[in-house]
Amino acid sequence: MSGEIIRTRGLTKHYVLGAETVRAVRGVDVLIEPGEYVAIMGPSGSGKSTFMNMIGCLDTPTEGDYWLNGQLVSELSDDQLARVRNREIGFVFQTFNLLPRATALHNVELPLIYAGVGSRERKRRAAEKLELVGLADRMEHKPPEMSGGQRQRVAVARALVNEPALLLADEPTGNLDSVTSDEVMKQFDELNEAGQTIVVVTHEHDIAEHAKRQIHLKDGVIERDFLNQPVETPA
Amino acid sequence: MLFLEIVMVAMAAVRANVLRSVLTTLGIVIGIAAVITMVALGEGAQQQVEEQINRMGTSILTVRPGQQMWGGVSRGDAELSVEDAIALRDDSGGLLTVSPEQQSRLQVTYKRWNSNTQVMGVWPEYFEMYDHALQVGRWFNQGEIQGRRRVVVLGHNVPVDLGETPPELLIGETIQIRGILFEVIGVLEEKGDAAWMRPDDQVFIPQSTAQYRVMGGRDRLNSIYAATETPQQLDMAFAEIDRIMRRSHRLRAGEEADFNIRNSADLLATFNETNQTFALLLAGIAGVSLLVGGIGIMNIMLVSVTERTREIGVRKALGATRRAIMTQFLVEALFLCILGGLIGVAAGYGAAELMTRFAEWQTSVAPEAVATAIGFSAGVGLFFGLWPARRAAALDPIDALRYE
Repeated sequence: MSGEIIRTRGLTKHYVLGAETVRAVRGVDVLIEPGEYVAIMGPSGSGKSTFMNMIGCLDTPTEGDYWLNGQLVSELSDDQLARVRNREIGFVFQTFNLLPRATALHNVELPLIYAGVGSRERKRRAAEKLELVGLADRMEHKPPEMSGGQRQRVAVARALVNEPALLLADEPTGNLDSVTSDEVMKQFDELNEAGQTIVVVTHEHDIAEHAKRQIHLKDGVIERDFLNQPVETPA
Repeated sequence: MLFLEIVMVAMAAVRANVLRSVLTTLGIVIGIAAVITMVALGEGAQQQVEEQINRMGTSILTVRPGQQMWGGVSRGDAELSVEDAIALRDDSGGLLTVSPEQQSRLQVTYKRWNSNTQVMGVWPEYFEMYDHALQVGRWFNQGEIQGRRRVVVLGHNVPVDLGETPPELLIGETIQIRGILFEVIGVLEEKGDAAWMRPDDQVFIPQSTAQYRVMGGRDRLNSIYAATETPQQLDMAFAEIDRIMRRSHRLRAGEEADFNIRNSADLLATFNETNQTFALLLAGIAGVSLLVGGIGIMNIMLVSVTERTREIGVRKALGATRRAIMTQFLVEALFLCILGGLIGVAAGYGAAELMTRFAEWQTSVAPEAVATAIGFSAGVGLFFGLWPARRAAALDPIDALRYE
């Protein structure tokens, strides 16, 4: 095992808004190893969204270095970043971000299309992931015909279909009621048990409790970084 | 593989908004339809000219009266006389076959039927020149010219106008032209139209008879026709006619001619100018509507990019490169335009058919024209789709994902 999925060194992001420079992230050093389950917490304005965008290769740092799965990605071009996102990262968004006119199966196929996988192989792998999240009987349904929990599970299947090094979830339960939230988080727990590295960005403490480690950001720097006590799971 | 997928995504987007897509392509449809109609008209006119030149005879020159000028002042139309025709026939050393034409539209009656018909006073040479064939009966001859006899040869359609009488039964019958009795001696085979000439609807009588018995004794010809053996002799014939006519009209050297000599092709070119004007008008419409159509495509593509900002963000987050996004939107624009082009070709084909049926303009839709039109609409799609596609490709995934 190479020993690291995410390593950042002095990760910094500045925005210029008119005459003002916003220093959203001010030098973050983080190491996340394979199989870890990390919650990134912090109030709004703490820089956690900016940090997540950089971790997700949607944005590039102003300063500092970022290695994802052993590759230095902080220096890559737009199109190279697109390829890294495609192969290494699976996204789960708060608002699901599914294509409303496409079936669940097609939504899950999307990353494989951009990876250049053939049609038959694509369908097989997409169906496999939909079965994994318990939606084998909903493959031909479109997102508007599904419940919020089901939609988020489609999004999880889509995030997993490329076998990414990192599953990156941004407020994954923000749009769900507490029952479906639990379902989705249980899914995450199972995935992590199977070895999937997961980073969840959230501001809800009970979501963060599911993770094994919490990183708290405040004013663009790490305020606290600690391991959760193992949760007693009732049988 | 990836390209094919992108094409299918683009087509799905068009299908998802069928009504909007069809309305968007309307400009392209009209433009391409105009192009097809225009080309069909031009092509048809060209074919018609060629057919008519062949039918009119390729080696016939027409002499028409021109303006008689005196010190820069028009003194009205000059006149062509039988003397001119005789001079052309006798002085050209056998180069020319000549016939005068003195014609008028007159009432022709047979029993209780009557029709308003073009009566042509000609020489027997006229039939030879224009390659007329007889269905029944015979031509009139030199003797009948000299004797100013009242004999008539009918065009192919005339018996139909005269009570649908079978042509054979008309031979030897008496008809009246402007109340004057004529004996029918022949009926022509069908000839078809040639520009303004409709020989099938005309009747032919000796020129002398026309002049002295029917049209009031005036020695005033409408035209003189002069044919050569072969088309190669036309230039020589042109000079010869000019020489003989000048002498006959007693024109001094350098004085402007009071007659015109035209060949069939020139006359047809004038005749077809209207067609060309119309084609030019259509070309204008085509150009403008392709431009407007292209802008329409660009507009709707920009709307589409804005509407689907979030979708673009998702696709980018999942690994779509700039090129993939750009291709998707470019293919969508291209697909819309080619769709419009295809509908336009069908509409243009229909318009050409209608023109043939109702306006009786000859049209012909060439396969190359169809290919060019489709190619052109694809070009419009590429040109006007490029900017929206680039905008889509350049979107920042973070902003696009947050877009409401």
